[in-house]
Amino acid sequence: MAADLSPSSSIDKNLPDPGSAPPSALLSVRNLDKHFPIFGTGILSRRVGWVRAVSDVSFDVSAGETLGLVGESGSGKTTTARTILRALTPTAGEVLFRTSSGVVDLAKLSEAELIPLRTQMQMVFQDPVSSLNPRMSIEQIVSEPLVIHKLAKGPHLRERVVSMLEKVGLRSEHMSRYPHEFSGGQRQRIGIARSLVMNPSLIVADEPVSALDVSVQAQVINLLSDLRRELKLTTIFVAHDLSVVRYLCDRVAVMYAGRLVEIAPTEQLFEHPEHPYTQALLAAVPNADPDVPMVFALSGEVANPANLPSGCSFHPRCPERFDLCEQTRPELETLASGGSVACHARSPKRTLPVLDA
Amino acid sequence: MVATNHDLILDVKDLKVSFFVDGSELKAVDGASFQVRRGRVLAVVGESGCGKSVSAYSILRLVKRPGRIVGGQIVLHPKSGPSIDITALQEDAESLYALRGGRIGMIFQEPMTALSPVHTIGNQLSEAIALHRPLGQAAIEAEAISLLTKVGIAGPAQALKKYPHELSGGMRQRVVIAIALANSPELLVADEPTTALDVTLQAQILGLLKSLKQNEDLSVLLITHDLGVVAQTADDIVLMYLGRVVESGPLRKVLKAPKHPYTRGLLDSIPSRSVRGKPLPSITGSVPSLKEIPSGCPFHPRCPYAVPGRCDQGSAPQLSDFDAEQRVACLRVGEI
Repeated sequence: MAADLSPSSSIDKNLPDPGSAPPSALLSVRNLDKHFPIFGTGILSRRVGWVRAVSDVSFDVSAGETLGLVGESGSGKTTTARTILRALTPTAGEVLFRTSSGVVDLAKLSEAELIPLRTQMQMVFQDPVSSLNPRMSIEQIVSEPLVIHKLAKGPHLRERVVSMLEKVGLRSEHMSRYPHEFSGGQRQRIGIARSLVMNPSLIVADEPVSALDVSVQAQVINLLSDLRRELKLTTIFVAHDLSVVRYLCDRVAVMYAGRLVEIAPTEQLFEHPEHPYTQALLAAVPNADPDVPMVFALSGEVANPANLPSGCSFHPRCPERFDLCEQTRPELETLASGGSVACHARSPKRTLPVLDA
Repeated sequence: MVATNHDLILDVKDLKVSFFVDGSELKAVDGASFQVRRGRVLAVVGESGCGKSVSAYSILRLVKRPGRIVGGQIVLHPKSGPSIDITALQEDAESLYALRGGRIGMIFQEPMTALSPVHTIGNQLSEAIALHRPLGQAAIEAEAISLLTKVGIAGPAQALKKYPHELSGGMRQRVVIAIALANSPELLVADEPTTALDVTLQAQILGLLKSLKQNEDLSVLLITHDLGVVAQTADDIVLMYLGRVVESGPLRKVLKAPKHPYTRGLLDSIPSRSVRGKPLPSITGSVPSLKEIPSGCPFHPRCPYAVPGRCDQGSAPQLSDFDAEQRVACLRVGEI
């Protein structure tokens, strides 16, 4: 990442942003990197390379907004989400989070400094079975965050748990039961209740409905949609199912091989995708209407983040590649349409001389 | 369905498969009937626990204890030779082994578990060929290379020497398909063949299956929960709920004019069909456990059209002809 062509990377929540978010951003991610070392074999193994899971990712999420983070496996969407919440420590970059007492850079804080902030940012996990402790009752599971952070006790604690369970469509008599007594959809409701019980301002939901059956999935999507409105949640919604993303999100960020390739308001992205990868991704979704045929021509597979192609990571598969694409990595640039795209073929400055790293 | 034996390749009649656990009988498939027509793709669709995979496994007699086929028939009508009732074959009959991987090929869901991690691709492909055809080493290798070429693997000779972990997910699934095709089967049973794959790979594999169907003169039984995949690949569709077929017919007819409330509910819950901001139509409740299958119509507790005293009593409604092609199992079929 020798050449940083982005306008600025200083700590400033009013920074002009490639996704054109308003200055009311609750979260600003700036040049986020997460690289995992690869070690050789043997006792004294040396580091032999890096898996560049996330590279130079920047975006803003404004208060009350739902941002979809989409991409295929290995695109870095989950790693980005986890690094934002500091479940993983970033290799570089900034994660500016507006708390009740000012803007902090989550990337720089120590574990101890992060603990009080955990009340304001929470995660909803994919698998409703493995994310709930089978030996804890629902009451214990949902009250645990409040107990750990000493936010409530006694009858007040119980009251908050009951009201949270009701919000997610469960009843107070469910409190003494254990996770195995619930269906997949109900378990996901319990997971959502646990995440929301502390009234966080930021929710990161990692594939929250992928493990559910279609008929139940719709219920949980409706629940998330209602809660978001009712509790004014700001959400980062990580998903591979584009139809769910289109239904729930205000803006969508598309990732490929660890980088953001396009970010745009939802309808614009789905109606007029700019990046050739976004176009291919949308074309690959099989439509449930047999009269809308699937037109799909993308060959090859997702780039290996341990051995990325030169220039634009997508160039070996791209139908529109030209010389520049193999040499220089495209930066995310704002288009007249309001979205941003990292593609030489779409760049408003396409005639500029080659800036080589 | 008006189809003569000549049109049919597989006829599943009133199939019943139960699992015997802790002294009770769980009816995973409870009287399912469907037919695969020659040269066509039949999709069997449903949510978890509907019995779609158990039905597929029954066709190859792969249902393991404590599960057992307790009733019905599965009849294969090969292009040449007499029809075979698969349910009547002995567990260790030569004729059963000849079917598996011979006349019937199977594609499994998870390519990483379907392939052996300690054998090379060449090893596994050769085994599939040699089990059914007495060929020499060189002929087997030539056959393996031509199979890998057929499923779109570049550099097939090199791929033969590789182990599954050296291949990407999409390549592994192509190998699984090559093994299923090893002995030019007439029927291909594909159990969620693209569920473990990303959308762009899924699109590639679905395209491959389509072209194979045409070029190899295959009939396909496709098991899936994804109505998008169904709409893009199938010719006919069967919907299952709690071990029973609730609706069947030609793809377009069923998707454009679904007759069963469950089919309607499933189609409505697909987010892409809905307008953003409006609540997504959903089916209330969740699929009940096989231990507590509701009386009467098994779908009645979740059905918006259920009539108390009628839908919740007696035995489950039978699948009956709605017209010449479409069949529905609903008591209120003409009324709703």
